[in-house]
Amino acid sequence: MTHPTPGDDPALELDCRGMRCPLPVIELARRIADVEVGQQVAVVSTDVASRTDVPAWCRMRGHTYVGEDVAEDGVPRFRVSRAR
Amino acid sequence: MAYLDTASSAPLHPAARAVLDDALRSGWADPRRLHGAGRSARLLLDNARAVVADALDVRPDEVTFTSSGTDATHRGLLGLLVGRRRPGHGAPGPLVLTAVEHSAVPHAAAWAERWLGTPSTELGVDRLGRVRPEDLATLLPGASVLAVQSANHEVGTRQPVAACAAAAREHGVPLFVDACASAGREPLPTGWDAAAASAHKWGGPAGVGVLLVRHGARWRAPFPVDDRSDERASGFENVPAALAAAAALRAVVDDAAVVGARQSALVDRLRAGVAALGDVEVVGDPVDRMPHLVTFSFLYVDGEALVTELDRRGLAVASGSACTASTLTPSRVLEAMGVLTHGNVRVSLAEDTTEADVDALLAALAEVVPRLRAEVGL
Repeated sequence: MTHPTPGDDPALELDCRGMRCPLPVIELARRIADVEVGQQVAVVSTDVASRTDVPAWCRMRGHTYVGEDVAEDGVPRFRVSRAR
Repeated sequence: MAYLDTASSAPLHPAARAVLDDALRSGWADPRRLHGAGRSARLLLDNARAVVADALDVRPDEVTFTSSGTDATHRGLLGLLVGRRRPGHGAPGPLVLTAVEHSAVPHAAAWAERWLGTPSTELGVDRLGRVRPEDLATLLPGASVLAVQSANHEVGTRQPVAACAAAAREHGVPLFVDACASAGREPLPTGWDAAAASAHKWGGPAGVGVLLVRHGARWRAPFPVDDRSDERASGFENVPAALAAAAALRAVVDDAAVVGARQSALVDRLRAGVAALGDVEVVGDPVDRMPHLVTFSFLYVDGEALVTELDRRGLAVASGSACTASTLTPSRVLEAMGVLTHGNVRVSLAEDTTEADVDALLAALAEVVPRLRAEVGL
């Protein structure tokens, strides 16, 4: 697990709690353009597939997977940096 | 109509069907009995064992028929583990297994941890789903058993079993090979102490597994034994099914080179055609793989919806996506490889799959995938 450094807070946090795959990744794809290149989007997801699918999406779509941390309620949060 | 899920179960091979009826008529008695009916059953069972041994290039006394491939896997793996136990020396060292084994292996490992106190350690894989034998250098010292599949049942990638066997031998660790995915299609890897295969994956009847225990291997029965001819299994043998399984195996092994070359070319065609559809990950080794199987995952597509749409068009495929699993968790294999798990389709070709079948699947995907994506606004 990568631990993102504090300070580079996501510009956008997507609440995907309760969504099942592939919905969290669909939400990420829809919203990535809402942040500037170099800014981060965080996907808060209870779906176990997100741990594999968010990094895979980054690789396939040319974005940077920053790492996993947790939201305030302890739900996993997957952080993506828009690269293009 | 095209059945493209032979990795789950292949249709009964004509060679199996041809012997099954006769075998049911003459192979129903108890093969241990000395009367004529018993001797007939015994003859058929010995014949089945001899045919399987010849087809797999092993000794007949290394072959045991079990009630399934899973049962053969449990017995093969746990028997090697029990063979490592020494009275008064506590539990043996950890069982080492690859992260991409068929679930029968981790289930056996969990059982061993619970009831034998043997922990297990996972050997990771690369993006293609292949273990790196050099990783074993740190895992094997003190280990009790190593479990490595012949080839992956979900993505087709072959494992470097020979190199793993050499490392295991160097450390005095016995090797179990789950060959269920490849047996009959490809020669068995060498270097194992015990191995398992499953008849319904090569066109034999379901309910027949093959446990192989190498002559001289330190294997001990992990479950209650029986008073039957072969202490490695228990319960009354299904003699007719074993004979049908043997007949199917003989036939598929004889045709494996020709059928495999044809299937491999069709898989190449499928891999290229699917990749051209875009936003898809075609996974597994494109070259060093089993001939008949390919797996790919489409971004933004629900695996269950995809399988259902393809079924509606007469195309039967499997999926490793979470939404298609009873557990609602994604495939452990895809997870271990770090590849996309949603929108997943596994295609495994039949002996008679044609180029037209492959093209029909490609055409259906080209129609269905964009429509499913459009439904979610992508």
